[in-house]
Amino acid sequence: MFITCEELIDFLADYRSGALAAAQRVRFEEHLAVCPGCVDYLDSYEMTLRLGREAVRPSAEPAEVPPELVRAILAAWRGAAPPL
Amino acid sequence: MDDAPEATAPHRPESALVEALRAGDDDAYVQLVRQYGGPMLAVARRLLRNEADAQDALQDAFLSAFKSIRGFQGQSQLSTWLHRIAVNAALMKQRARTRRPEQPIEELLPAFDGSGHRRNSGASWPEDPTRTAEAGELKKLVADSIDRLPETYRTVLLLRDVEGLDGAEAAASLGVNENTVKIRLHRARQALRELLDPHMQGTRACSSPAKS
Ligand SMILES: [Zn+2]
Repeated sequence: MFITCEELIDFLADYRSGALAAAQRVRFEEHLAVCPGCVDYLDSYEMTLRLGREAVRPSAEPAEVPPELVRAILAAWRGAAPPL
Repeated sequence: MDDAPEATAPHRPESALVEALRAGDDDAYVQLVRQYGGPMLAVARRLLRNEADAQDALQDAFLSAFKSIRGFQGQSQLSTWLHRIAVNAALMKQRARTRRPEQPIEELLPAFDGSGHRRNSGASWPEDPTRTAEAGELKKLVADSIDRLPETYRTVLLLRDVEGLDGAEAAASLGVNENTVKIRLHRARQALRELLDPHMQGTRACSSPAKS
Protein backbone atom coordinates (compact mmCIF):
# COMPACT_ATOMS: atom_id res chain seq x y z
CA MET A 1 0.00 0.00 0.00
CA PHE A 2 1.51 3.26 -1.13
CA ILE A 3 0.60 6.60 0.21
CA THR A 4 0.29 9.55 -2.15
CA CYS A 5 2.24 12.81 -1.89
CA GLU A 6 -0.96 14.49 -0.70
CA GLU A 7 -1.38 11.99 2.14
CA LEU A 8 2.24 12.34 3.08
CA ILE A 9 2.03 16.11 3.23
CA ASP A 10 -1.23 15.95 5.23
CA PHE A 11 0.48 13.97 7.95
CA LEU A 12 3.80 15.75 7.84
CA ALA A 13 3.40 17.47 11.18
CA ASP A 14 2.62 14.15 12.86
CA TYR A 15 5.60 12.55 11.18
CA ARG A 16 7.92 15.29 12.39
CA SER A 17 6.62 15.18 15.93
CA GLY A 18 6.92 11.40 16.08
CA ALA A 19 3.16 10.99 16.46
CA LEU A 20 2.76 8.45 13.66
CA ALA A 21 2.21 4.78 14.42
CA ALA A 22 5.14 2.56 13.46
CA ALA A 23 3.40 1.08 10.40
CA GLN A 24 2.47 4.52 9.10
CA ARG A 25 5.97 5.72 9.69
CA VAL A 26 7.36 2.92 7.56
CA ARG A 27 5.06 3.89 4.69
CA PHE A 28 6.14 7.47 5.08
CA GLU A 29 9.76 6.53 4.84
CA GLU A 30 9.16 4.23 1.90
CA HIS A 31 7.52 7.11 0.07
CA LEU A 32 10.30 9.54 0.92
CA ALA A 33 12.89 7.06 -0.31
CA VAL A 34 11.44 7.20 -3.83
CA CYS A 35 9.96 10.71 -4.02
CA PRO A 36 12.43 13.61 -4.25
CA GLY A 37 9.51 16.05 -4.50
CA CYS A 38 8.31 15.12 -1.02
CA VAL A 39 11.85 15.19 0.36
CA ASP A 40 12.10 18.74 -0.97
CA TYR A 41 8.76 19.57 0.57
CA LEU A 42 9.80 18.21 3.96
CA ASP A 43 13.09 20.13 3.84
CA SER A 44 11.38 23.37 2.87
CA TYR A 45 8.74 22.85 5.58
CA GLU A 46 11.52 22.55 8.16
CA MET A 47 13.21 25.62 6.73
CA THR A 48 9.93 27.56 6.83
CA LEU A 49 9.65 26.85 10.53
CA ARG A 50 13.18 27.97 11.17
CA LEU A 51 12.88 31.13 9.09
CA GLY A 52 9.56 31.98 10.73
CA ARG A 53 11.07 31.72 14.20
CA GLU A 54 14.05 33.81 13.25
CA ALA A 55 12.03 36.49 11.50
CA VAL A 56 9.69 37.19 14.40
CA ARG A 57 11.95 36.23 17.27
CA PRO A 58 12.11 38.84 19.98
CA SER A 59 14.99 41.13 19.13
CA ALA A 60 18.14 41.30 21.17
CA GLU A 61 17.39 44.70 22.64
CA PRO A 62 14.54 44.27 25.09
CA ALA A 63 11.45 46.38 24.58
CA GLU A 64 10.78 48.92 27.27
CA VAL A 65 7.42 50.00 28.53
CA PRO A 66 7.03 53.71 27.74
CA PRO A 67 7.00 55.70 31.01
CA GLU A 68 3.52 57.13 30.30
CA LEU A 69 2.20 53.60 29.93
CA VAL A 70 3.78 52.54 33.23
CA ARG A 71 2.01 55.49 34.85
CA ALA A 72 -1.28 54.67 33.13
CA ILE A 73 -1.14 51.05 34.25
CA LEU A 74 -0.47 51.99 37.85
CA ALA A 75 -3.15 54.67 37.82
CA ALA A 76 -5.64 52.16 36.44
CA TRP A 77 -4.66 49.71 39.15
CA ARG A 78 -5.02 52.26 41.93
CA GLY A 79 -8.35 53.28 40.53
CA ALA A 80 -9.50 49.68 40.40
CA ALA A 81 -7.72 48.26 43.41
CA PRO A 82 -10.01 46.91 46.09
CA PRO A 83 -9.21 48.11 49.60
CA LEU A 84 -6.75 45.73 51.19
CA MET B 1 12.80 26.06 50.32
CA ASP B 2 15.01 27.62 53.00
CA ASP B 3 17.70 25.02 52.90
CA ALA B 4 18.00 24.97 49.12
CA PRO B 5 21.64 25.97 48.86
CA GLU B 6 21.94 26.63 45.13
CA ALA B 7 22.46 30.31 44.52
CA THR B 8 19.83 30.71 41.82
CA ALA B 9 20.17 34.43 41.60
CA PRO B 10 16.90 35.29 39.81
CA HIS B 11 14.81 33.43 42.39
CA ARG B 12 15.48 35.51 45.43
CA PRO B 13 14.55 38.92 44.10
CA GLU B 14 11.63 37.25 42.33
CA SER B 15 10.18 35.71 45.47
CA ALA B 16 10.85 38.91 47.39
CA LEU B 17 9.05 40.81 44.67
CA VAL B 18 6.08 38.46 44.82
CA GLU B 19 5.93 38.85 48.60
CA ALA B 20 6.00 42.63 48.27
CA LEU B 21 3.23 42.53 45.68
CA ARG B 22 1.12 40.40 47.94
CA ALA B 23 1.71 42.87 50.73
CA GLY B 24 0.44 45.65 48.48
CA ASP B 25 3.79 47.46 48.33
CA ASP B 26 3.45 50.27 45.80
CA ASP B 27 7.06 50.15 44.65
CA ALA B 28 6.72 46.47 43.90
CA TYR B 29 3.99 47.17 41.36
CA VAL B 30 6.18 49.72 39.64
CA GLN B 31 9.10 47.31 39.65
CA LEU B 32 7.01 44.51 38.18
CA VAL B 33 5.85 46.66 35.28
CA ARG B 34 9.31 48.08 34.57
CA GLN B 35 11.14 44.80 34.93
CA TYR B 36 8.77 42.43 33.16
CA GLY B 37 6.63 44.71 30.99
CA GLY B 38 8.98 45.05 28.02
CA PRO B 39 8.85 41.47 26.77
CA MET B 40 5.11 41.37 27.49
CA LEU B 41 4.54 44.46 25.38
CA ALA B 42 6.58 42.82 22.62
CA VAL B 43 4.30 39.76 22.72
CA ALA B 44 1.23 41.97 22.44
CA ARG B 45 2.77 43.88 19.54
CA ARG B 46 3.54 40.66 17.68
CA LEU B 47 0.01 39.36 18.11
CA LEU B 48 -1.87 42.60 17.57
CA ARG B 49 0.32 44.61 15.18
CA ASN B 50 -1.22 47.81 16.45
CA GLU B 51 0.48 49.93 19.06
CA ALA B 52 -2.63 51.26 20.77
CA ASP B 53 -4.15 47.76 21.03
CA ALA B 54 -0.84 46.36 22.28
CA GLN B 55 -0.63 48.99 25.02
CA ASP B 56 -4.24 48.34 26.03
CA ALA B 57 -3.51 44.62 26.16
CA LEU B 58 -0.47 45.24 28.35
CA GLN B 59 -2.56 47.25 30.76
CA ASP B 60 -5.21 44.51 30.86
CA ALA B 61 -2.47 41.95 31.40
CA PHE B 62 -1.00 43.77 34.39
CA LEU B 63 -4.37 44.45 35.98
CA SER B 64 -5.15 40.78 35.73
CA ALA B 65 -1.69 39.85 37.04
CA PHE B 66 -2.01 42.19 40.02
CA LYS B 67 -5.39 40.72 40.83
CA SER B 68 -4.19 37.16 40.71
CA ILE B 69 -0.72 37.54 42.22
CA ARG B 70 -1.98 35.76 45.32
CA GLY B 71 -2.67 32.77 43.13
CA PHE B 72 0.86 32.74 41.74
CA GLN B 73 2.33 29.57 43.12
CA GLY B 74 5.94 30.04 42.24
CA GLN B 75 5.94 26.73 40.39
CA SER B 76 6.60 28.50 37.15
CA GLN B 77 8.88 31.45 36.81
CA LEU B 78 7.27 34.82 37.21
CA SER B 79 8.32 35.73 33.65
CA THR B 80 6.65 32.59 32.24
CA TRP B 81 3.49 33.26 34.20
CA LEU B 82 3.38 36.87 33.00
CA HIS B 83 4.12 35.86 29.41
CA ARG B 84 1.07 33.62 29.45
CA ILE B 85 -1.06 36.40 30.90
CA ALA B 86 0.16 38.79 28.20
CA VAL B 87 -0.65 36.24 25.48
CA ASN B 88 -4.16 35.81 26.85
CA ALA B 89 -4.76 39.55 27.17
CA ALA B 90 -3.61 40.08 23.59
CA LEU B 91 -5.86 37.28 22.33
CA MET B 92 -8.79 38.75 24.22
CA LYS B 93 -8.12 42.10 22.58
CA GLN B 94 -7.83 40.40 19.20
CA ARG B 95 -11.21 38.76 19.63
CA ALA B 96 -12.81 42.00 20.72
CA ARG B 97 -11.78 44.04 17.71
CA THR B 98 -13.62 44.00 14.46
CA ARG B 99 -12.61 41.17 12.26
CA ARG B 100 -11.66 41.82 8.74
CA PRO B 101 -12.78 39.09 6.38
CA GLU B 102 -9.98 36.56 6.03
CA GLN B 103 -8.59 35.11 2.85
CA PRO B 104 -9.54 31.43 2.76
CA ILE B 105 -6.48 29.41 3.78
CA GLU B 106 -7.19 26.91 0.99
CA GLU B 107 -5.95 29.47 -1.53
CA LEU B 108 -2.59 29.36 0.18
CA LEU B 109 -2.24 25.59 0.49
CA PRO B 110 -0.40 23.34 -1.96
CA ALA B 111 -2.60 21.93 -4.72
CA PHE B 112 -2.65 18.28 -5.76
CA ASP B 113 -3.77 16.56 -8.93
CA GLY B 114 -6.18 13.63 -9.05
CA SER B 115 -3.49 11.10 -8.30
CA GLY B 116 -2.23 12.98 -5.25
CA HIS B 117 0.81 14.58 -6.86
CA ARG B 118 1.70 18.11 -5.93
CA ARG B 119 1.03 20.62 -8.67
CA ASN B 120 3.68 23.26 -9.31
CA SER B 121 6.25 21.42 -7.29
CA GLY B 122 9.12 23.68 -8.20
CA ALA B 123 12.82 23.43 -7.57
CA SER B 124 14.22 22.65 -4.16
CA TRP B 125 15.15 25.40 -1.77
CA PRO B 126 18.75 26.26 -1.09
CA GLU B 127 20.10 24.33 1.86
CA ASP B 128 20.70 27.50 3.82
CA PRO B 129 18.85 30.50 2.41
CA THR B 130 20.33 32.66 5.17
CA ARG B 131 23.69 32.23 3.46
CA THR B 132 22.57 33.13 -0.02
CA ALA B 133 20.08 35.90 0.64
CA GLU B 134 20.80 39.15 2.39
CA ALA B 135 19.85 38.43 6.00
CA GLY B 136 17.83 41.59 6.58
CA GLU B 137 15.89 41.19 3.34
CA LEU B 138 15.12 37.56 4.03
CA LYS B 139 13.90 38.36 7.51
CA LYS B 140 11.64 41.06 6.15
CA LEU B 141 10.30 38.78 3.43
CA VAL B 142 9.45 36.10 6.01
CA ALA B 143 7.90 38.59 8.44
CA ASP B 144 5.80 40.13 5.66
CA SER B 145 4.69 36.68 4.52
CA ILE B 146 3.62 35.79 8.06
CA ASP B 147 1.60 39.00 8.07
CA ARG B 148 -0.17 37.86 4.92
CA LEU B 149 -1.52 34.75 6.62
CA PRO B 150 -5.17 34.88 7.65
CA GLU B 151 -5.26 36.01 11.29
CA THR B 152 -6.57 32.72 12.66
CA TYR B 153 -3.61 30.88 11.19
CA ARG B 154 -1.07 33.58 11.83
CA THR B 155 -2.02 33.57 15.51
CA VAL B 156 -1.57 29.82 15.89
CA LEU B 157 1.78 29.96 14.11
CA LEU B 158 2.96 32.71 16.44
CA LEU B 159 1.73 30.98 19.60
CA ARG B 160 3.27 27.63 18.74
CA ASP B 161 6.39 28.45 16.74
CA VAL B 162 7.39 31.83 18.15
CA GLU B 163 5.92 32.21 21.64
CA GLY B 164 6.69 28.59 22.44
CA LEU B 165 3.30 27.50 23.77
CA ASP B 166 2.68 23.78 23.49
CA GLY B 167 -0.42 22.38 21.81
CA ALA B 168 -2.45 22.17 25.01
CA GLU B 169 -1.51 25.66 26.13
CA ALA B 170 -2.31 27.18 22.75
CA ALA B 171 -5.63 25.33 22.71
CA ALA B 172 -6.55 26.62 26.17
CA SER B 173 -5.60 30.20 25.26
CA LEU B 174 -7.60 30.10 22.05
CA GLY B 175 -10.57 28.21 23.47
CA VAL B 176 -10.39 25.49 20.84
CA ASN B 177 -9.38 21.86 21.08
CA GLU B 178 -5.86 20.58 20.60
CA ASN B 179 -6.64 18.92 17.31
CA THR B 180 -7.84 22.22 15.88
CA VAL B 181 -4.57 23.83 16.94
CA LYS B 182 -2.64 21.02 15.29
CA ILE B 183 -4.52 21.34 12.00
CA ARG B 184 -4.29 25.14 11.94
CA LEU B 185 -0.59 25.07 12.72
CA HIS B 186 0.15 22.65 9.91
CA ARG B 187 -1.89 24.72 7.45
CA ALA B 188 -0.27 27.93 8.60
CA ARG B 189 3.21 26.49 8.04
CA GLN B 190 2.19 25.11 4.67
CA ALA B 191 0.73 28.45 3.61
CA LEU B 192 3.83 30.29 4.75
CA ARG B 193 5.93 27.81 2.82
CA GLU B 194 3.88 28.48 -0.33
CA LEU B 195 4.30 32.23 0.10
CA LEU B 196 8.07 31.86 0.43
CA ASP B 197 8.46 29.27 -2.29
CA PRO B 198 8.77 31.56 -5.35
CA HIS B 199 11.42 33.64 -3.58
CA MET B 200 13.41 30.66 -2.39
CA GLN B 201 13.68 29.17 -5.81
CA GLY B 202 15.09 32.46 -7.00
CA THR B 203 17.96 32.17 -4.56
CA ARG B 204 18.92 28.74 -5.83
CA ALA B 205 21.21 30.02 -8.55
CA CYS B 206 23.73 31.45 -6.13
CA SER B 207 23.79 28.49 -3.74
CA SER B 208 26.01 25.43 -3.86
CA PRO B 209 25.62 23.12 -6.87
CA ALA B 210 22.49 20.95 -6.78
CA LYS B 211 23.00 17.52 -5.29
CA SER B 212 22.27 14.94 -7.93
ZN1 LIG C 1 5.72 12.34 -2.83
